[in-house]
Amino acid sequence: MLRIRNLETAYGNLRVLRRLSMHVAPGEIVTIIGANGAGKTTLLNTLSGLLSARSGEVEFNRKNIFNMPAEKIVLMGCSLVPEGRQVFATMSVHENLLLGGYVLHKRKEQQMIDEELQKVYALFPILKERGNQLAGTLSGGEQQMVAIGRALMARPNMIMMDEPSMGLAPLIVKEIFQIILRLREAGKTVLLVEQNAKAALAIADRGYVLETGRIISQGPAEDLLSNRDVQRAYLGRDLDSENP
Amino acid sequence: MTLELLFQYLVAGITYGIIYAIVAIGFNIIYNTTGIINFAQGEFVMLGGMTAVTLNTFMPVPLAIVAAVLITMIIGALIEIIFIRWLDNPTVLRMIIITIGLSILIREVALHVWDEKVRALPYFSGTATSSISIKGVYISPQVLWVIGICTLIVIILNFFFSHTLLGRQMRACSSNRKAARLCGISVQNMVTLSFVLSAGIGALAGCIVSPITYIQYDSGTGLAIKGFTVAILGGLGNSMAAVAAGLILGVLESFSIWILPTAYKDAISISILLLILFVRPGGLFGSREALSLKEF
Ligand SMILES: Nc1ncnc2c1ncn2[C@@H]1O[C@H](COP(=O)(O)OP(=O)(O)OP(=O)(O)O)[C@@H](O)[C@H]1O
Ligand SMILES: [Mg+2]
Repeated sequence: MLRIRNLETAYGNLRVLRRLSMHVAPGEIVTIIGANGAGKTTLLNTLSGLLSARSGEVEFNRKNIFNMPAEKIVLMGCSLVPEGRQVFATMSVHENLLLGGYVLHKRKEQQMIDEELQKVYALFPILKERGNQLAGTLSGGEQQMVAIGRALMARPNMIMMDEPSMGLAPLIVKEIFQIILRLREAGKTVLLVEQNAKAALAIADRGYVLETGRIISQGPAEDLLSNRDVQRAYLGRDLDSENP
Repeated sequence: MTLELLFQYLVAGITYGIIYAIVAIGFNIIYNTTGIINFAQGEFVMLGGMTAVTLNTFMPVPLAIVAAVLITMIIGALIEIIFIRWLDNPTVLRMIIITIGLSILIREVALHVWDEKVRALPYFSGTATSSISIKGVYISPQVLWVIGICTLIVIILNFFFSHTLLGRQMRACSSNRKAARLCGISVQNMVTLSFVLSAGIGALAGCIVSPITYIQYDSGTGLAIKGFTVAILGGLGNSMAAVAAGLILGVLESFSIWILPTAYKDAISISILLLILFVRPGGLFGSREALSLKEF
């Protein structure tokens, strides 16, 4: 579904992604783990078209999407739930979701909008109750739901999520991860970036470990979970904090 | 002071106030989608009025107004495409300098195209001396035109921004640009659209007020200052508050003639602007909450 070869992205002279190659197959949950500043957000922002890359190849559904602008990529069925949620704070929950469905207007599928809206409300019943509330006044967890719901409104084949668990209470995190599993059941492909490596690997099929812009390790999620280096670098701290 | 005179002043205040409000709304539309304060906003008003007057020599007033508004909209689009679009993450200071430069440029071009004479469209109905009497208060029909059309603009805009897809897209850009792009919205087109819309509204305002206030190549500056004051007074970006703020400023100015010589009329808006900037930079109606949710 997604193939990346030798992708390089830089901020001015600062090279952040270095010859990064990876792929995601249809129906998979793939997770990318890595420390702060490894370049995870940079990678997702490049894939979604918010940032432009220096060089490399990016194919989505066999089509070249290298350095395509963000508003075109979302049209092709690849949506991003950005880091820090980025809801339209000054607009209502309902309007946030409708704007997520704007892509359907562009694809001339307006008639699907209502159906998608009902699906999102079924997935997150709380959002229906809060429909008229300004998104900026929601709790962090609810905002994350708006961000995910808004991305789903575009009926993407693949949904990329940048640290959906950031700053949320463990119970909500669990709920969000359950939702991700349900999305896969509904036929979506998921590319998940997480600091919470243990939880991410627990639901993922495969994983990549990113360090200073390079993939240093990859494989099935169970293998990474039992890999000593990965355990030391990314799981140790998680284990400590979760089972003190 | 009779009650009739009081009303007379009130009506004059409302008339000017609502014009200021329209100019302020022009500021707000561009500010909301781009974070830019377009100091050339007053020039759109001048261009609309002047173009309509010229066109009126060979076409009827309504047609001249429509054409003048369309021409000014095109100029607005061109300005955005030529001067603003290619700027990559411009700083606020740079934008201020560019838009002030643009306003000077437009004024000079207008001076060459026309001249320094004052002009005006004819009164839309009746003549300069005709008036309608409402319970002993004499009101020029043009005043009713101004109030009516401006009110209509405000209502239509309000509907546009809260209930149409395009309006929502523009608000989305103002709320969060990155997220707007992720929703497939072309931010660039929305920015152009905001310039077109502001130019059109400004031009329309210029057309309808010109019979009362007259207009010349440099009329834009004064209006821009008033409009800017009102925009700040209402809280930048808040168009409904701009209407209230415009009415407050207009009425204040109008009644100030009782206590101060007419020459000080303009000093009032500057004093209010400074006062607001010192005391309540969020504007009279700006709530802290709304301010904290904004990106710009
Ligand atoms: N806009 C920017 N300009 C310059 N450098 C940047 C910019 N954004 C990120 N960087 C740098 O790029 C590197 C990678 O950042 P990135 O945000 O991709 O990391 P990350 O893996 O998402 O980290 P985190 O887990 O903290 O979100 C960091 O060193 C960061 O300082
Ligand atoms: Mg990040």
